[in-house]
Amino acid sequence: MLKIKKGGVHPQDEKKSTAGKKIEFLPVPSRLFIPLRQHIGEPAVPVVKVGDIVKKGQMIAESPDGRGTPVHSSTSGKVAETGNCMHPIYGLSPCIVIESDGLDEWQENLLTERSYENINVPELIDIIFKNGIVGMGGAAFPTHIKLSPPKDKKIDMLIVNGAECEPYLTSDYRMMIEFPDEIIKGILIVMKILNINKCFIGIEDNKPEAIRLMTEKCKGTPIQVAELETRYPQGAEKMMIKVITGREVPSGKLPMDVGCVVQNVSTLKAVTDAVEKNIPLIERVVTVAGKTVQSPKNLMVRIGSTFKDMFEYCGGFSGKNGKIIMGGPMMGMAQVNVDSAVIKAASGIVAIAEDDVDYQTERACIRCGRCVEACTMGLRPNILSILSEKGQHQTAQTDYDLMDCVECGCCYYVCPARRTIVHYIRQSKAKNSMLRAASKTGSK
Amino acid sequence: MITAIYAVLAMVGLGLFFGFFISFANKKWAVEIDPRIHEVEDALPKGQCGACGYPGCMAYAEAVVTNADVPPNLCAPGKDAVAQKVAEITGKKAEAMEPKIAFVRCAGTYEKAVRTSLYKGISDCVSAGMLHGGDKGCTYGCLGYGTCAKVCMFDALKMSPEGIPVVNPDKCTGCGKCATVCPRSIITLVSPEIKVKINCNSKDKGAFVRKNCKMGCIGCGICAKECPHGAVMVENFLAVVDSSICKEKCSDPVCLAKCPTMAIRPAIWGVVPGNEVAEKLGLS
Repeated sequence: MLKIKKGGVHPQDEKKSTAGKKIEFLPVPSRLFIPLRQHIGEPAVPVVKVGDIVKKGQMIAESPDGRGTPVHSSTSGKVAETGNCMHPIYGLSPCIVIESDGLDEWQENLLTERSYENINVPELIDIIFKNGIVGMGGAAFPTHIKLSPPKDKKIDMLIVNGAECEPYLTSDYRMMIEFPDEIIKGILIVMKILNINKCFIGIEDNKPEAIRLMTEKCKGTPIQVAELETRYPQGAEKMMIKVITGREVPSGKLPMDVGCVVQNVSTLKAVTDAVEKNIPLIERVVTVAGKTVQSPKNLMVRIGSTFKDMFEYCGGFSGKNGKIIMGGPMMGMAQVNVDSAVIKAASGIVAIAEDDVDYQTERACIRCGRCVEACTMGLRPNILSILSEKGQHQTAQTDYDLMDCVECGCCYYVCPARRTIVHYIRQSKAKNSMLRAASKTGSK
Repeated sequence: MITAIYAVLAMVGLGLFFGFFISFANKKWAVEIDPRIHEVEDALPKGQCGACGYPGCMAYAEAVVTNADVPPNLCAPGKDAVAQKVAEITGKKAEAMEPKIAFVRCAGTYEKAVRTSLYKGISDCVSAGMLHGGDKGCTYGCLGYGTCAKVCMFDALKMSPEGIPVVNPDKCTGCGKCATVCPRSIITLVSPEIKVKINCNSKDKGAFVRKNCKMGCIGCGICAKECPHGAVMVENFLAVVDSSICKEKCSDPVCLAKCPTMAIRPAIWGVVPGNEVAEKLGLS
């Protein structure tokens, strides 16, 4: 069994409440708030006006420079508004509000049956771009960019991320159980695009059912299943590569520099849908979990449904919430309210009970070094946090490899002084990028 | 006895040897520095604020002496007096400096502006702004965590208990350090002689502003209509004052009395906006 050599933590996985539950379909809400920032970078540009009639799967916003991804309507209906709505990461940001007509009609010329074997590589990449596919593991990096590496980078391996190391989340697990054929086909499509014949599916050993099923389905294909010891943050891209291949992504470089491409299982299912059926990415599986949720579920949700719709479908809350987090509790974003809309990168929503939220005030660093032990990237989080506290953000970047931090949160998890180390690190990163932007524009 | 003499002689010998060596080295490997650099550095106020755009006073002194293109009037805290002195030393001509003072374009105190969420992280505006753009309903307003006050090295900017930074006009040198660190670009540098200031930075529509803040500019345009000199304009639902027209032509600013939300205020520094209006203008 493969495992992380250094660092990492093992939080209680809390996956029991939803792991055994089949994916249910959330009824299409009457109003969908589709955010235009579905990927890293600039928001997509709307191509519809208020009052337009749209069909399910119709493109409603495009990415003119090709560095982002287009956004599609998740149901049929009327464009009610264009304006700002709550985005689970960026707060108020541009979105398109669609009023459902209840018919849920597909746009014409979608849902064509075709086989990926008859389509050539540039066309495949174009299909992936046009159907708005982004990395669904959490970072929302546009997939078509990931799949077209520069010529000088030799890719020899695809790694499929089924680790799902965050507590509570079971959406990828359910994907592997319920859509294994689609995932395998997605892997074959990606392998065709990258022209490689080596692939590993990394799955943690707390999902024996998924490991068994995937191993069975992979027989006769060049795909291998790698069983990983359960440890957070194994699902982080760079960690996954290191654990499975032993290659270490150098500081400041990308996975493609060591010949690897990492894709999430949900992304691969979306790739299959896009290529074989011409279905754009308009829905995803979201785990709704937490102690206060009446009946936690895995839901197939249309992009743009609000968290409120989902919690209501799950029976509401049984107690008072301290926090609602999009993503897993380790790396997710706390939400301002439940009006936030589901984005393509939302793998789960977790409600944390009021009693479980720890608002202890932070104290001075006692130099115990536990964060250094826990850091899988080999950084010194204690020093990074102190430098950030003292405003020495540049020193952190030049001397202490600030930018290598993946913000997994292990250091904060183990810190006995309850220092919000990741928050300090993110502050340093933000301030440095502010400084860079200021020096670029030439202002003082 | 003889040992003691040897010891003394040895120490004297060593001392003489190194003394001569150092004086020789000082002459032989002396670093040529333009003496004017030190003169300029002495003339500068040595606040090390970086307002000139150089990392510290010494770096500016070196640049202004060695580089012909660097003007002698970049030291904002030193104002005209220092500029003249630097110009004299370097033989350049100092253009007149307009005095500037920091001005906070927000009046959204805890009482007046809506907070949407509870922020428990690091007390810093940049950090607070990373989470959903901050805990304030208004996405343009002051977050109130005092990043600007922390960087002010002249003790001129203080956080008021109401949650808005207050500028002390006597201490503010106009270095602009606070303006650089403000993640929402609320702080600007203005001339201390302006008559009116607009205490709002919100480019949102009026209804949205009203919902989130009692003091915000709703972009109604009354000020623009009422101003006889055409000094006020409304751009992106926000009033903008052309302070040069305002300073030259206006003696009795009518915009002050007409503004329905009192986003336009007389230019008074050193108080929390909202506290000065009633007494100064006789308005309720």
